[in-house]
Amino acid sequence: MADKVPLLLSLAVAIFALGLLGVVVRRNVLVMLMCMELMLNGVNLSLVTFAHQTGTAVGAVLVFLIFVVAAAEIAIAIPIVLLLVRSKRTLDLDAYTDLKG
Amino acid sequence: MTGTIDTLLQNLDTLLLYVLAAGALVGAILMLVLRQPMRVATALIATMVCLGGIYGLLGVHLIAVFQVLIYVGAVMVFMVYAIMLLDARDPSVRSRFSGLLVPGIVAFALFLGALVYGLWQSVPAAASGPHAGLTLKAFAAAFLSEYWLHFELTSVLLVAAVVAALAVIKVHRTDHGG
Repeated sequence: MADKVPLLLSLAVAIFALGLLGVVVRRNVLVMLMCMELMLNGVNLSLVTFAHQTGTAVGAVLVFLIFVVAAAEIAIAIPIVLLLVRSKRTLDLDAYTDLKG
Repeated sequence: MTGTIDTLLQNLDTLLLYVLAAGALVGAILMLVLRQPMRVATALIATMVCLGGIYGLLGVHLIAVFQVLIYVGAVMVFMVYAIMLLDARDPSVRSRFSGLLVPGIVAFALFLGALVYGLWQSVPAAASGPHAGLTLKAFAAAFLSEYWLHFELTSVLLVAAVVAALAVIKVHRTDHGG
């Protein structure tokens, strides 16, 4: 499967870019969070591809650590989103303009 | 006829890889155009399961298992709970896109172009000979002998996350005169 490395790296790039596009263009806070998860998945795919290409364990270890960080991130982000919704009664990010300069 | 089937079976993992990659890409694109957050979550779960299948095909079974267990099993279940707690008749559901749609797409095209250009400038060298594949034994040895410090640091991160979550909830309680 060594000849599939360019394909897998292209897929990782496409998934990361699509996730970034989702964070920029979507309105819903929860959907933006999910697009961030998609970006993390793209990075994970590239790391796994490199680990498979070189046959070393570094990439797999890094992916494992990213899993932990993603779980911690979502555990913090969801309560913050719930508090935001409680204060503004909406998931629309355009309503949160309190910090506008 | 049997020859065709034989070739197909020999290339079965390649075929599966293409199918799973296409599934992951379609799920990622669907995430951008679907309206309901619950459907977006379903598309993301499909993408993650397809990526887990790709990891399994690459022989990194440990990561495939954790992809399904942690991402699909824990993170996305948490996300689906949050979606169910919140109102589905939100204005952000009716109009999907923010005002940054056109600049976002332009920046997306530029960013994708830059990444693909960089990727093809440094086309990864072909693997030097067949690798034995990443075994669980090699992973475990490297994980606990070489990267034990990082493993311990993640426990510090998890404790910080728990404390932060408690702090967020406590702020809310004092707001209501608790």
